Amino acid sequence: MTSLFEEIAESAPDDVPVNRVSVTVNGRRRTADIEPRLLLAHFLRQGLKLTGTHTGCDTTNCGACTVLLDGKAVKSCTVLAVQADGREVTTVEGMAGGSELDPVQEGFKDEHALQCGFCTPGMMLSARALLNENPDPTEDEIRFALSGNLCRCTGYQNIVKAVLWAAAKERGEDPTGAVASYGARQDGVRPPGQNGAQQ
Amino acid sequence: MYPGRFRYVSPRSIEDALAVLSDAEGEGKVLAGGQSLIPLLKLRFASPSVLVDINNLPGLDHVRMERDGSFRIGALARHAMLERSPDILRHQPTAAAAAPLIADPIVRNRGTLVGSVCHADPQGDWAAVMIAAGGSVVAQGPEGSRTIAVRDFVTGPFQNVLGYDEIAVEAIIPAPTGTVVGGFLKLERRVGDFATAGAAVSLELAGGRVARAGIALTGVGSATIDAADAAGALLNRPLGAESIDRAATLAAEAAQPKSDHRGSADYKRHVVHTFVRRILAGLAEQTERAA
Repeated sequence: MTSLFEEIAESAPDDVPVNRVSVTVNGRRRTADIEPRLLLAHFLRQGLKLTGTHTGCDTTNCGACTVLLDGKAVKSCTVLAVQADGREVTTVEGMAGGSELDPVQEGFKDEHALQCGFCTPGMMLSARALLNENPDPTEDEIRFALSGNLCRCTGYQNIVKAVLWAAAKERGEDPTGAVASYGARQDGVRPPGQNGAQQ
Repeated sequence: MYPGRFRYVSPRSIEDALAVLSDAEGEGKVLAGGQSLIPLLKLRFASPSVLVDINNLPGLDHVRMERDGSFRIGALARHAMLERSPDILRHQPTAAAAAPLIADPIVRNRGTLVGSVCHADPQGDWAAVMIAAGGSVVAQGPEGSRTIAVRDFVTGPFQNVLGYDEIAVEAIIPAPTGTVVGGFLKLERRVGDFATAGAAVSLELAGGRVARAGIALTGVGSATIDAADAAGALLNRPLGAESIDRAATLAAEAAQPKSDHRGSADYKRHVVHTFVRRILAGLAEQTERAA
């Protein structure tokens, strides 16, 4: 078997089916002979060493392995690598252009939208896909669009702010102001006495 | 690599795809969105010798409303396409209500309605929608194609009537004769979880009466349940409190829930009653407002 990925595809006997795939990953064309049962997540992580794509639950639930396949967010643990043949994949490593962060990445940094960081790559790619479709999402639209990505640290609040931040920046508005006015609206609707200290 | 070994083909024509399936003599499996099949392959619950990926087949990615008002949904139409289809939103309220509740947004980019119906998960959503709407599946095989009503298509848990040499190429929602109203409610513990219980209702109204009714239940039996008696209680009369109560009671009786970590059987039956009543009451109110 000729494989770029000896470390994951231990030399297979001759009767094992192998497919040649050519996938454009973050703008770069990568070709390999792989077994068709190889998952896209493992193609990226073990094959291409792009370990920014995390595998969390491995059961199509958590969204940590989210990448963009031809611009659409997919869970790469639930796509075969061979299905990406001839298509374009964007991973978190492909978000920044040189030293310039994607506005979504900047937003996550500025609004402290991560703690352990495990869900972050998938979260940011889902956010990227959302903003590509809807440059001015509401809080509800952001929460809905990210509902396939689980975060066990942040409570999602700062993730929503980060996406609002990125959206404002991309629209040429003041991102900090957009987040501040969202925060003010939240304070406005919070019923008095909800703070535990007052109860 | 978790799945067992298989040969992978991605044919460019339906004839080629059918030929591979025929040669595989039951050891072949069709891959469309893969959002159920790939997890099954990973668990090795499914271990086909050949996987026939239909994603490169032409002419299967449509959600199309025909002149007569019927819908044709191709085997590669993703949940997200249905969720965003203006025609579905305007004319098929049951499907429109269900689409954004299928799994989660990322899975919806990939998974398909036809695949979901074929997968026949007792907790799946689309089979319930399609049964309520009186829909059918078009299967293509070596001898040509046949159309099968979804209520006859799903025969048990993860079982359908497709022959090993057939591919489900399309789903059809028939042309309505009256005004279509409907709804879909699902109880899930969190986004993306399977239904604890769910109900799909699709009605056609004509002359102030219910001219056609379909009610189907998900998550409360070993297969999607066609609550035909409950639907029958609504027929040929206005949508009123009495028939709504009767339909909800009959739907709850049709449910065959089992107690599990998602809830007790009694609880799920109660949810079915509440959901069917809630959907129908909402439709009655909506109809009254429109009148």
